[in-house]
Amino acid sequence: MAKKLNMRKRYELLTRGLGWEPTYQPKDKVFAQEAYEGIKITDWSKWEDPFRLTADAYWKYQAEKDKKLYAVMDSFAQNNAHLNLADASYVNALKLFIQGVSPLEYAAHRNFARLARQLSGEGAQIACQMQSIDELRHAQTQIHTISHYNKHFHGMHDPFHMFDRVWYLSVPKSYFDDASSAGPFEFITSVSFSFEYLLTNLLFVPFMSGAAYNGDMATVTFGFSAQSDESRHMTLGLEIIKFLLEQHEDNLPIVQGWIDKHFWRAYRLLGLVAMMQDYFLPESPMSWKEGWQIYFVENAGALFNDLGRYGLQMPKYHEIATAEADHISHQVFGIFYNYIHAAAFNLGLPSEAKMNWLSEKYPDTFDKYYRPRMEMWAQMEKEGKRFFNMGLPQLCQVCQIPMGFTEVAKDDPMQIAYRVSEYQGEKFHTCSDGCKTIFDHEPEKYVNAWLPVHQIFQGNCGGAAVPDVLNWYHFHPEDGGDYAGSADEARWKAMKGETAAEAPKTSQADAA
Amino acid sequence: MSLNIAAKEIKPLRLNYAHIARRIGENKPATRYQEAVYDVQPTTNFHYPPSWDPSRKLYDTARTAIVMQDWYSFTDPRQFYYTSYVAARAKQQEIMESNFELVEKRDLLQSLPADLADQIRQVLIPLRHYEYGANMNNQDICHRGYGTTITSLASFNGFDRIGMAQYLSRIALLLDGNEETSLNAAKEAWLNNPAWQGLRHAMEDSFVLDDWFEILVVQDVVMDGLLYPLIYERFISQATAQGGSTFLMLTQFMNEWGEENTRWTNQLLKVTASESAANAELLTHWIQTWLARVEQAVLPIAQLAFGAKGAEQLAAVKTELLARLAKQSLKV
Amino acid sequence: MSEHKVFMIFQNTADAQPFISAFEQENPKATLDYQPGMVRIEGLGELGITQEVVSELAGREVNLQELHLTLISLSGNIDEDDDYFRITRH
Repeated sequence: MAKKLNMRKRYELLTRGLGWEPTYQPKDKVFAQEAYEGIKITDWSKWEDPFRLTADAYWKYQAEKDKKLYAVMDSFAQNNAHLNLADASYVNALKLFIQGVSPLEYAAHRNFARLARQLSGEGAQIACQMQSIDELRHAQTQIHTISHYNKHFHGMHDPFHMFDRVWYLSVPKSYFDDASSAGPFEFITSVSFSFEYLLTNLLFVPFMSGAAYNGDMATVTFGFSAQSDESRHMTLGLEIIKFLLEQHEDNLPIVQGWIDKHFWRAYRLLGLVAMMQDYFLPESPMSWKEGWQIYFVENAGALFNDLGRYGLQMPKYHEIATAEADHISHQVFGIFYNYIHAAAFNLGLPSEAKMNWLSEKYPDTFDKYYRPRMEMWAQMEKEGKRFFNMGLPQLCQVCQIPMGFTEVAKDDPMQIAYRVSEYQGEKFHTCSDGCKTIFDHEPEKYVNAWLPVHQIFQGNCGGAAVPDVLNWYHFHPEDGGDYAGSADEARWKAMKGETAAEAPKTSQADAA
Repeated sequence: MSLNIAAKEIKPLRLNYAHIARRIGENKPATRYQEAVYDVQPTTNFHYPPSWDPSRKLYDTARTAIVMQDWYSFTDPRQFYYTSYVAARAKQQEIMESNFELVEKRDLLQSLPADLADQIRQVLIPLRHYEYGANMNNQDICHRGYGTTITSLASFNGFDRIGMAQYLSRIALLLDGNEETSLNAAKEAWLNNPAWQGLRHAMEDSFVLDDWFEILVVQDVVMDGLLYPLIYERFISQATAQGGSTFLMLTQFMNEWGEENTRWTNQLLKVTASESAANAELLTHWIQTWLARVEQAVLPIAQLAFGAKGAEQLAAVKTELLARLAKQSLKV
Repeated sequence: MSEHKVFMIFQNTADAQPFISAFEQENPKATLDYQPGMVRIEGLGELGITQEVVSELAGREVNLQELHLTLISLSGNIDEDDDYFRITRH
């Protein structure tokens, strides 16, 4: 009679021991990336598999999930279910998503494949491989889900071309390029831990519950389906941190430094999501500030409490991020309000109802600092003097967001925060202590950044005038500008049986 | 601008993503495969040089000496994107699962001739390490390769190999009543038995190649091109004839996979070779060099499998491989 | 107190029901929070289910790994085998 094998033992026999110590080539040549970051791994066999899915079980469960997902996608398309959206202005969340998030899923796919090749422990290697293929799933299912929206709305027609060129998309691109250009252990700390474990809900919840509240069932279905993969990714993120810290005490300061850096970079990137969450959704389930409180302050608090036994501390500047929760969505909105003529999505000043919601959610800051701004802009619009910023903004050398953040932590929220560093006789500007610290730690890396504004000035972006640049981005006139009077709005009204709007007064055509 | 659109007019603005339309036009809708792979990978304006390869960019055509005007000239004949891939594999795994269950439930290995069981242990089980190494190579291709069509294919390839390594491991467990004897012996053989050293040596040398396309040729064309027909067609046929039809069931996945492998490698080689004389020359050079070496390495394994007939069987699969390469305009 | 919170979030569908009910049944102190399309099951320190109870509720032999089909998120350290699945944070 065959001996009974439990799941743990069975999985071990099917995965551990598949690898071997090379003898015909030096181990450090076969696994060339494992040592150069200074991380010390003494014993890969101590790796605890965060989940135990064999390849055949993976195929089975994932196929079943995708069958359901694509059935919903097909049905959504066939029934033109986009007509059930709360409002077409919601679609601007999806534009930001396909332009700025889907390419990151793809980047994660390629880089987890790197880890699958470069880590010499089979347990970790296979977990990374599974994540690599999961991320491909996310990128491709997002492309497919949003394909239907691309047929009916503007701004989503050339996302990958845009990702490589557009000014605001260099924010997500440089964020992931940062991790991709780093070594494997920094990469996995950045993505698996800082992003997938610590901050993932701050990306996921706004987009997915935003979708649910606004009638976008296709995205909701995608979201739920993807999240079950995410729970695997989260457990990998937690396991890698514990493993690295348990392997050698010398790893602690290195890992802490990475967590500090990548927390801040991810947090800055999420500023775009904050804007989306508070300003793009006709029906808003939760404010950025509320989400930050639940998913960072409480959750991360509990997590770092847990990890405290390894000597790990909350990420540097986290208190600034928490202080900024009252401001960041409004400030990022302000930046995009300035430049919406040069974007591939629409936005608009918040309605009175929305402003009252914002007042309620931000009792300490909205009415004091931001409502007056909105009212001034509204007045200017009424007078036919809608303000478009015709200059090009200074970008932070690290996060690459225009320098619109303020000295919130110094109780001076009306003062733009400027930081400067010198490197090889040149000055480099950053938006915060967080970004400056990152720059100063590796200036030789950050001076390489392909800053969109610099590139435009250097003539590398299609020409000297804004229309040339927008052309080079593959933007169409219908893609940007205010939602009110936009092509999407006109089309939505027509689809809903209302009369079409008159010629838009606030299009980017007027601005340019 | 006035819009005279009737109420509830729902004609789409466009059929395709722009980058897709640039390739296939605006008149017919893209397939899911096309949408999933064309032009997804970034190509330019990267922010930081990779610390792991500072002289090149994050995605760089210079990581191979193969030159393509358009890295998307090759498309996977199976049109695998994630969902169609897992759907296909889920169907196959269902059959494999029921095969394994049947063998286990009915104790079908019990009546196996002892020397056949031993031969299976010696020839088949060590291949689980070969599959693991092949996976490493394909993950490398996925990371350092260029273009979504080839790199996503490599990702699926690697994942398949973990699946096959796990099936081979399960065969070992079935043979041993869930003891680890054959697994341990196979590891020992892979590491120390002279019969396996040529192959392991070649594989470890492939791990440190700089050119990812060369890795693809060595692993997916040459090594797989010899081993799959040798083992999963010929050796399994022989075993079946000797009373081991159970193994036909237990390796059905691998057999089908070998056929798939032939299909897409043929297509890739054809497209790449016909692009330029330089490509064809380079591919030929790689294949010539590595085929000579791998053939020598595989001979002792063929002898384990076929005894005195080993050389003959190996020569036959080599001839078949050369024939199909010639069909792709590669005269090796 | 909140340092020991663990949770599981499932899609609120028929397929998930045996798992949701098992969590409810086998963790009397757990709270269930229904939100659009999903259920959040929260506990202190530990939440666990057994293959036996899930199968009973489903009316067939269930492989606990099937929870991957309807799982949305979790928080806690996973401990699993063929006959149980639990998450802990102590």
